[in-house]
Amino acid sequence: MAELTEIRWHGRGGQGVVTAGKLLAETAMGTGQYFQAFPDYGPERMGAPIRAYTRLSPEPITIHSQIEEPDVVLVLDPTLLGTVPVTEGLKEDGMLLVNTSMSPAEVRQITGFRTGKVFTVDASHIAIEEMGREITNTPMLGAFARVTGFFDIDDLAEQLHAWFGKKITAEAIEANVRAMRRAAEEVMEG
Amino acid sequence: MSKFEALTGNAAVATAMRQINPDVVAAYPITPQTSTVQTFADFVADGLVDTEFVCVESEHSAMSACVGASAAGARVMTATAANGLALMWEILYIAASNRCPIVMSLVNRALSAPINIHCDHSDVMGIRDSGWLILFSENGQEAYDNLIQAVRIAEHPDVLLPVAICQDGFITSHALERVEIYDDADVRAFVGEYKPQWPLLDLEHPKTYGPLDFYDYYYEHKRQQVEAMEHAQRVILEVAEEFNRKFNRNYGLFEPYRLEDAEVAVIVANSTAGTARVVVDRLRDEGLKVGLLKPRVFRPFPAEELADALSHLKAVAVMDRSISFGAMDNAGPLFLELAAALALHGVQVPMADYVYGLGGRDILPHEIERVYRDALKVAETGRVERRVTYLSVRE
Repeated sequence: MAELTEIRWHGRGGQGVVTAGKLLAETAMGTGQYFQAFPDYGPERMGAPIRAYTRLSPEPITIHSQIEEPDVVLVLDPTLLGTVPVTEGLKEDGMLLVNTSMSPAEVRQITGFRTGKVFTVDASHIAIEEMGREITNTPMLGAFARVTGFFDIDDLAEQLHAWFGKKITAEAIEANVRAMRRAAEEVMEG
Repeated sequence: MSKFEALTGNAAVATAMRQINPDVVAAYPITPQTSTVQTFADFVADGLVDTEFVCVESEHSAMSACVGASAAGARVMTATAANGLALMWEILYIAASNRCPIVMSLVNRALSAPINIHCDHSDVMGIRDSGWLILFSENGQEAYDNLIQAVRIAEHPDVLLPVAICQDGFITSHALERVEIYDDADVRAFVGEYKPQWPLLDLEHPKTYGPLDFYDYYYEHKRQQVEAMEHAQRVILEVAEEFNRKFNRNYGLFEPYRLEDAEVAVIVANSTAGTARVVVDRLRDEGLKVGLLKPRVFRPFPAEELADALSHLKAVAVMDRSISFGAMDNAGPLFLELAAALALHGVQVPMADYVYGLGGRDILPHEIERVYRDALKVAETGRVERRVTYLSVRE
C-alpha cells in the first residue's frame, strides 16, 4: 500500500458503519499499519444517513482534519444512491464500492462517477442469506479487502473473531465470516 | 512489555486512569468526555481498580468531592469538558488554593451559547488564571502519557497543584488511533504510592483546610501559590526526563518541528499541530524554510524558553482556537501571551494571530498553508498587514 489512503463510509444509523471503520482500523493495526478511524459526530439516529472515515498508512498519521477528498468511498446502504452525494470530493482516480443489486454501469449512471473504479456487491442479499439480518458492514469489508488488496481475507476473519469475541455467539461470528468471504467472491467491477 | 492498542483518545485516558488506580474519582458525564468516565466506571464495576467512584449530580459537586477527597489524603482524578468545566469554576480556584493535587482530563469543547458540542479551546482558556497547571496533548498517545506524568507533577511536594490535561474534543477524543500502552506494573511503579503530606484524616495531627483567611494571611497564601507555580516548570521537566528514560518518549515544555533553520513558524496546540506538521513537510519540499512549535505546557507559561526558541525567526504566526473577547485586537489568548513574552524578552519578530476552528469548524491543510504563505510574505516585507485573522469564517 502506497502512502496515505483516505476512506469515507456512507450508511444509515444502526447499520454498523462506525463499527466497520473500527474493524478496518483494528485489522490495519494487526498488519502493522497506521490508521485513524472517526465518525462524523453528528446526531446519530437509527436510519438517518451517516458517514464515517478511516485513514490507512504505512507511516504514522499526524493529520487530524476531516477527509474532504477520499481515495475510496464505501456505500453500505443502496437507498443512499441518488439521495446523498456519495461521490462528493471522491478523487477522479478513486474507487467507489457500493452495496447494491445494480451493476457497476448502472451505479456510474446514477452517480455520474465516470472516472476511477466502480465496484458493486449485493451485500444486503448476502447478509440476509447468511445472517438472517441486513447487517452489511462485514460483507462490505470482505469486498473492500478483495478489491483494494489491502488485507488478506483470513486476517480480516481473524479480526472478526477477536473483535466480536464473546459479544455475539460463535455461530453468529461464523455467519459474519461466511458473508464476508462470499462478498469478496461476488464483488463485480465495471 | 508495552503493547499497541487501537484506542480512542478517551479510551486511552481511561486506560491511564485504570493503571494509575486513583483512590477517588468523582465525575459527571458531559460530551465529549463521557466515554472516559463511562469506561472507567466499567473498570470499577469489574473490580480492575480499587477506586471509590463518586457519582455526583453536577460538575460543581464533582470538583467539590474531588477537593474533599484530596484534602482527606486521597489520590483523586476527574474528567470534564466545556460547560462542565465552567460549572466547576468556583471550585477550581478552591482546589488550587487548597493545594489539592487533583488530576483532570479536560476534553476541549466550545462553550455555549449557541450550544455546540465540538472542539475549541475556549473552555480551558477560561481557567488559565485559576492556579491549575495546564498541558496540551496532540493525540490519544500524548493524552495518555501526559496524564501519567501529571500525577507525579501534581503530587510533587514543591508543587502540590492540580493539573488539567487537554486534548481536542471528538477530533482525538473519539478518533481510534494506535496508542502504545505501557505495562500496568511499569505505570504503577512510575506514579508510585501517594503519600499525602497533610491529610485531614491523619487525626493525630489535626489540620484545617479552607478556613477564613482575611488581610492577615490570605495574601501570603497567594504568594505561596506563585512559588508553587515557579517550581512547577522544573518539576515538569524532571518528570518528563524520568518518563522519557523509562518509556522512551520525548516530552519537554514544547515540541519544535523543523524549527532550527526555519525563517517562519506557526505556533499551534493540540491536534492541529499534527495537521500543521504535514503542511511543514510539503512546504519544505518546495524549499521553503518553515517550522512549527507545538506548546505542551501552557501553565506555567514558559515565556523565556519560548522566546529563546523563536528568537531567530523572521515571522511568527500563532493559531488560536479561542478568542479573548475585548482583549487587544480581539486576539486569542495564546497570541497575546506569546506576544508579551517575546516583547519582554527582547525578541523583535513580526507576529500575527489566526483564530480558527471555533465550535469544531474543521481546519484543513490548505488553510494552514495559507497561514504559512502569509508568514513568508511578512518575513519578506517585515510588515504585518493584518494583526488578527479569523480563518474560514463567513464575514
